[in-house]
Amino acid sequence: MIGTPVRSGEARSFTFDQFRVRLRVVLGIILVFACGLVIRAVDLQVLDDGFLEGQGEARSTRVAKLSANRGSLLDRNGEPLAVSTPVDTVWVNPKEVAKAHASDQIPRLAEALNRDPQWVARRITGNLDREFVYLVRHMRPQDAAQVKALGIPGIYLLREYRRYYPAGEVTGHVLGFTSVDDVGQEGLELAYDQWLGGQAGAKRVIQDRYGRTVEDIESIRSPRPGQDLVTSIDLRIQYLAYRELKAAIQQHNAKAGSVVVLDVTTGEVLAMVNQPAYNPNDRDQYTAPRYRNRAATDIFEPGSSIKPFVVAAAFAGGKYHAGTVIDTTPIRVGIKTITDEHPLGLIPLTTVVAKSSNVGMTKIALSLKPESMWGMLDSFGFGKVTGSGFPGESAGLLNHYSHWRPISQATMSYGYGLSVTPLQLAHAYAVLGGEGISRPVTMRRVEGAVAGERVIEESVARELLKVMEGVVSQDGTGNRAALIGYRVAGKTGTAKKATPGGYSEDAYFGVFGGVVPASNPRLAAIVVIDEPRGKQYYGGDVAAPVFSNVMAGALRLLGVPPDGLDTVPATTLVRALSAE
Amino acid sequence: MSANFDSSTHRTLTLTARLLSALHLDGALFAGLLAICATGLGIIYSAAGEDVGMFLRQGGRVVLALAALITFAQVPPRFLRMIAPWLYGLGLLLLLIVMGVGDIGKGAQRWLDLGIIRFQPAEIMKIAMPLFCAWYLHERPLPPSFPTVVVLGLAIAVPTAIIMEQPDLGTAMLVAVSGALVILLAGLQFRYIVGVGALVVGSVPVLWSFFMHDYQRQRVLTFLNPQSDPLGSGYHIIQSQIAIGSGGVFGKGYMNGSQAQLEFLPERSTDFIFAVIGEEWGLIGLTTLLLMYLFVIVRGLYMAATAQDTFGRLVAGSLSATFFVYVFVNTGMVTGLLPVVGVPLPLVSYGGTSMVTLMAGFGILMAVHTRRSLRSREL
Repeated sequence: MIGTPVRSGEARSFTFDQFRVRLRVVLGIILVFACGLVIRAVDLQVLDDGFLEGQGEARSTRVAKLSANRGSLLDRNGEPLAVSTPVDTVWVNPKEVAKAHASDQIPRLAEALNRDPQWVARRITGNLDREFVYLVRHMRPQDAAQVKALGIPGIYLLREYRRYYPAGEVTGHVLGFTSVDDVGQEGLELAYDQWLGGQAGAKRVIQDRYGRTVEDIESIRSPRPGQDLVTSIDLRIQYLAYRELKAAIQQHNAKAGSVVVLDVTTGEVLAMVNQPAYNPNDRDQYTAPRYRNRAATDIFEPGSSIKPFVVAAAFAGGKYHAGTVIDTTPIRVGIKTITDEHPLGLIPLTTVVAKSSNVGMTKIALSLKPESMWGMLDSFGFGKVTGSGFPGESAGLLNHYSHWRPISQATMSYGYGLSVTPLQLAHAYAVLGGEGISRPVTMRRVEGAVAGERVIEESVARELLKVMEGVVSQDGTGNRAALIGYRVAGKTGTAKKATPGGYSEDAYFGVFGGVVPASNPRLAAIVVIDEPRGKQYYGGDVAAPVFSNVMAGALRLLGVPPDGLDTVPATTLVRALSAE
Repeated sequence: MSANFDSSTHRTLTLTARLLSALHLDGALFAGLLAICATGLGIIYSAAGEDVGMFLRQGGRVVLALAALITFAQVPPRFLRMIAPWLYGLGLLLLLIVMGVGDIGKGAQRWLDLGIIRFQPAEIMKIAMPLFCAWYLHERPLPPSFPTVVVLGLAIAVPTAIIMEQPDLGTAMLVAVSGALVILLAGLQFRYIVGVGALVVGSVPVLWSFFMHDYQRQRVLTFLNPQSDPLGSGYHIIQSQIAIGSGGVFGKGYMNGSQAQLEFLPERSTDFIFAVIGEEWGLIGLTTLLLMYLFVIVRGLYMAATAQDTFGRLVAGSLSATFFVYVFVNTGMVTGLLPVVGVPLPLVSYGGTSMVTLMAGFGILMAVHTRRSLRSREL
């Protein structure tokens, strides 16, 4: 023992008892450490219990979504317009595919998915750090079942609902469509998204480290399916309007067009179609402009189709009646001379409307106070949204009378200087047809009578309808809107399109608006043909026939009793009846 | 009936006692070890996700380990003492060979492949180290003199350093502890204890800078702050504590541990199996298992206290105490008291090598205990 003096006695010999003491010390230390372990276990399992338990749950339990069925859209007779069908979405957990070395299965998978193998491979190998990647959404369940049957690890199905529109293009604009996540994007699907969209349910599930659901624990809330919506649309009339409009658009090589049919007695929209249309079931090839419901969103200058409302103001003022004679020799307003295409001379007001004399209208308008003319147009709903609730509906354009000059008042009387939507115009005609009572436009079916609000005197409305019947008479501009067995009150309109360089000389809107049966109106309709490129472009030539065809079918479908049988020659009637 | 029963029970007990005595086995210790092994097998079945193959393989290892125990129990302690230096020498030689082979092959430096069996020479050292130290001290005056301590210090340091370089920090530590415990039990004076303690503390920065591998340093840093890298190196620690903590007092029930069964818990059938017990059996399970271990250890220490010669006492004491270090390093790691060191939970973790060595050690304990004669009690 270098450097240390050897101690004698006590430490030289290590006794058995001292050994036992050391053993006890070792045992004591062991027990202390064992106690430490137990304390630590108590710390983790009892004192820390809640926190670590929560952490454990957070790692293994997840809240999974349960898709809810979206409510159906129905037509007024209960025909389905939009229904949700169950579909399966195929998704992949790329991590799991990599872990199972299943990459060689990708060609088989791609074949079953009907997708490019390289695209599928990129989708999987390019997302190896992720645990959820969509492969194909909304497959038919039987196709998806085949994919699942391949048994490739990491490939899963997710039940979702896809919207299906049985009527396709016919109801496309009215209904709109939903996104891939079942959220309304356009049309009624958007307007009533809250109502239609169910509330997705949720359930708590246990997942393992690879995100596979091992077990359902509890349902947090069951999915609440959306509610059905009964629309005001009558699918039969909608079909009819679609067919007739499409035929007219093709016949006249027109750019676009709209038809709106309203129920005069309730304000319900029975049909609303546009061209060009799109099929909401297959939107891939279409561009956004096609999605526009022109009938509600697009404005145009109504041309002569506005005239009945100016006449209404004249009648209401008490200075005019149907027989009032008006001189239609050209008149100068400001720097502009207003003329008619064919000079008509001294004619009664009825003829002014029937022949659509701009000079006559100008004289009537200029005799009215701007305030009362504006008031009448305003009360018919021009310059205001109709309240149909349709997304993106335009309010049109009607300047306040304080900004009017004589020339603007003059041109406005024959439909320039203000803009309307087809829906707005249809509503205005419906007010006329309703004998002066304005009822709100609605896209939902209405039960029972609607009170509405009186806009003009009933006698004024009746007289005006009589005048408008002249338009559809043999020498009126709208004679092609006539119906066999029904009296029609309407008005044509042919408006030059406004272009950046002034009014176009070869692009027109051909318009016809009217109500039937004239003696006790039930339906009001507007037909707008945008830029007819054929020989014919007058509203009386391009729009009136569409009106006639649609109304003939609609009146028959609705069982409206004829009011004009006495004017029909018996032979024609027999021919017409036997043709049916 | 009752008389019959009594006599048949009596006969069975007598037969068992005779058998145990003929095989030089200690009944209490043997029963304790069997209980731990059986518990381990049950836990493995759950931790491995009801994998029957793994269960059977582990069962086979238990049988092999018990065979090792019985074999070593037959060896007279005097013979063991005789071969102790040779065993130590052989272990050291094999360690050097493995080091050389590993250097050439640039591969793992732990395993020695003899064609039919593969084993780690470090495991031999776990037995050879306490035997060698006890042999060296057996004929010398106690407490050990300074030169003796120096010689033994070197005898411990060299293999420990080699094993550390493999790198196998856990085994190196256990080998060093088993040797150090022998010296401690042999009456190492307090000034040396204090001196060695100071040396160890003083060498920590040196070890940190020059001897520890990056991954080992990372483990210590992670231990100090597991949340610094919860998805990387901290993942094991965090997950195992969550698993244990979510077990609560009574546990989630056998096979019902969500963290373990759903693979959130890494290494759940090997190094982190203690967390599975904690999750499925709760505080009750952990404490019960700990008590089983303590029973075995206390029994071992009792055997050391009743052994009749220096060699027997030192070997028995060292083996028993080292067993606790084994248990503590693993459970401490899993519960987050100690940094992550790759030490399995003795007799329970999946894997065979350490189990065979441990059981061989207990065989030696039993050999020492069952061959007492009524000779001198002087040390």
